[in-house]
Amino acid sequence: MTEQEESHTIAVLVENEPGVLARVIGLFSGRGYNIDSLTVAEVDPQQGRSRINIVARGTPQVIEQIKALLAKLVPVHHVVDLTLDGAYVERELALIKVTGDREKLVQALRIADFMHARLVDSTTESFVFEITGAPNQIDSFIHLMEPLGLVEVSRAGVVAIARGPGGLESGEPPLA
Amino acid sequence: MSATKMMPSAEVQPQTMTGSEVVLRALVEQGVEVVFGYPGGAVLPLYDAFFKQNSIRHILVRHEQGAVHAAEGYARSTGKVGVVLVTSGPGATNTVTGLTDALMDSVPIVCLTGQVPTHMIGNDAFQEADTVGITRPCTKHNYLVKSADDVAKVMHEAFHVARSGRPGPVVIDLPKDVQMSEAPYYSASECVHKTYRPRTEPAADAIERAIDMMAEAKKPIFYVGGGLVNAGDEACMRVTELIQATGFPVTLTLMGLGAYPASDKQFIGMLGMHGTLEANMAMHDCDLMIAIGSRFDDRVTGRLDAFSPDSKKIHIDIDPSSINKNVPVDLPIVADAGKAVDALLQRWWARGLKADRQKLSPWWAEIQGWQARQSYRYKQVGDVIKPQYAIQRLYELTKDRETFITTEVGQHQMWAAQHYLFEKPRYWMTSGGLGTMGYGLPSAMGVQIGNPDALVVGIAGEASWVMNMQEMSTIVQYRLPVKCFILNNSYMGMVRQWQELFHGNRHSESYMDSLPDFVKLAEAFGVVGMRAEKVSELDGMIEEMIAVDRPVIADVVVDRAENVYPMIPAGAAHNEIKLGPNAGDDVEGSEEGMVLV
Repeated sequence: MTEQEESHTIAVLVENEPGVLARVIGLFSGRGYNIDSLTVAEVDPQQGRSRINIVARGTPQVIEQIKALLAKLVPVHHVVDLTLDGAYVERELALIKVTGDREKLVQALRIADFMHARLVDSTTESFVFEITGAPNQIDSFIHLMEPLGLVEVSRAGVVAIARGPGGLESGEPPLA
Repeated sequence: MSATKMMPSAEVQPQTMTGSEVVLRALVEQGVEVVFGYPGGAVLPLYDAFFKQNSIRHILVRHEQGAVHAAEGYARSTGKVGVVLVTSGPGATNTVTGLTDALMDSVPIVCLTGQVPTHMIGNDAFQEADTVGITRPCTKHNYLVKSADDVAKVMHEAFHVARSGRPGPVVIDLPKDVQMSEAPYYSASECVHKTYRPRTEPAADAIERAIDMMAEAKKPIFYVGGGLVNAGDEACMRVTELIQATGFPVTLTLMGLGAYPASDKQFIGMLGMHGTLEANMAMHDCDLMIAIGSRFDDRVTGRLDAFSPDSKKIHIDIDPSSINKNVPVDLPIVADAGKAVDALLQRWWARGLKADRQKLSPWWAEIQGWQARQSYRYKQVGDVIKPQYAIQRLYELTKDRETFITTEVGQHQMWAAQHYLFEKPRYWMTSGGLGTMGYGLPSAMGVQIGNPDALVVGIAGEASWVMNMQEMSTIVQYRLPVKCFILNNSYMGMVRQWQELFHGNRHSESYMDSLPDFVKLAEAFGVVGMRAEKVSELDGMIEEMIAVDRPVIADVVVDRAENVYPMIPAGAAHNEIKLGPNAGDDVEGSEEGMVLV
């Protein structure tokens, strides 16, 4: 087994009950695993199910452990490793605030336009942009804003979904 | 809260009663006969419900940690779920060590904790603690029951989770108002869990591949752990059949002792840090390792990058997260050990395979070469009792009875594992994963409750024994004839051994000064005290200990300087095992080993 660290995007369908997020996070903190991003929201109010999207980093052995441990949690329905399962779409939303003189703001607006970021708040000395895209697109937008008076970044974290017709529950559970 | 959905049973309205009565009724339905507990403010309604019934026995412990270890001993010796009942706050926090112990050693426990009333949760109320928060990492699962409607289904769900799959402890936190409110009762058959489905059936193609690998192996070994004991007596018998059908050698982990009869020729002893030379060498040199219900723990593997370098590995385990955790394996089989072994045995026979004595004979010859070194050997000279000798005499004088052994943690534990032989599973209770000093005495108490007519001996070191000695009082109250067999060397022996080997022989705080006089202590508790200081006194003392139908504290004064061998020093590989000074083979601690535990 290689010792090279990899980044994996893992989708977890859970019962929406108190403490479920603490169980997932505790699993990472208790064993010293790294989370790059974690998002959670209810996705099926009728059945009371939430989806947690996790971007985790580790050796293949650690990634396998993470998936097995997630699947072992009692309120977990399903664990899918999107990175292993083929093509998937990954998106993130960010709100980005820049302040500065008119000249810098105009420049920021031009870049925002080019990168499909929307202006959602403006004052005479500040702009707030909303941008949605792949995480690396957001990284580059933030990078471009840095010299133009970047003061604050708020990112939603990664949400992801597999390409093609299959739903989450049609995937194979890990280690079956 | 609970992920159990209710089956519609349209006509029948559920019966209502108080939350506490629901708890009691669910316990009865789950087959619970005994609960180990300690009352307090937040569980008074539950204790009131206990007072009004006769079907479940309550054992009043003297400390909540003792309750959990007693429930563990009960569970491990009987195969049933151990049940604990404690109050909120300190009652709950005192169970944490026991719960962690049960999690590490896969013992099915349901622990009911009281909680302050729901409207006071979060207010830093008297005896309030965030029990579900504190116990989340040390339980298989836990619940805070916020509505009386959920009590019945959470109870049934908790028992199901505790005993199925890889067993483990489950906590149910019950606020006082929930215990007192009107609550509906549902039976277990009305509750179906939405998500929890542990896999138990092995994949057929994996079984076929395993048989291929077994048929080809020239230097195979079975490496069997406590998971098999948990799979049940039947599973252990099937494994014994499989091992005998193949003619392969078998080694057991500390937790697995008894899963295969120790007297059988194919058993080559326990493996790991203080296992036999032959078991460790065979693990290192084998070409096929068949792991069943064992988890490649660091006490077993030694240095990972030198662990069994030339073998293919098959790993049968019910817990997918145990597979490839420490050691990558070639063929994982996620299944109940009993079912997997049954499938292996069927296919082994179906394919007309037999134990190939000729092919295996060079391998057995190698193993016999290692066996000839007698790695458990020690010298009993003079009057001073060697601890190994004390265990050996205990074994000889008790082996013809139904004898359960529990241990504390340390040198005595290893000597017991080495020199007391187990023919059947469930007769050996020790804290393997967590290594909890203070486990043995309360555990012996639980074993005796579950097996009232058997001989129960708690082998202990004096330092461990005093950690939970308050439970002697419980033992007296319930007239449990538990025998405390204390190997007294006036040291935390294993700590001293490591200080000698790795820390320049500096005995920092490992000497047990001001120990009680154990015989007088026995008198104070109202039990029988006895002492053996010389070899000549030992047999007589053991015989008397067995004969007296009362609890006994036996103080066996042993050689203070003796250390446990063989030993694979921390950070060393299996084939770097040392046989100790008797064999002129001393341990030299390495820098890398020193940082390991």
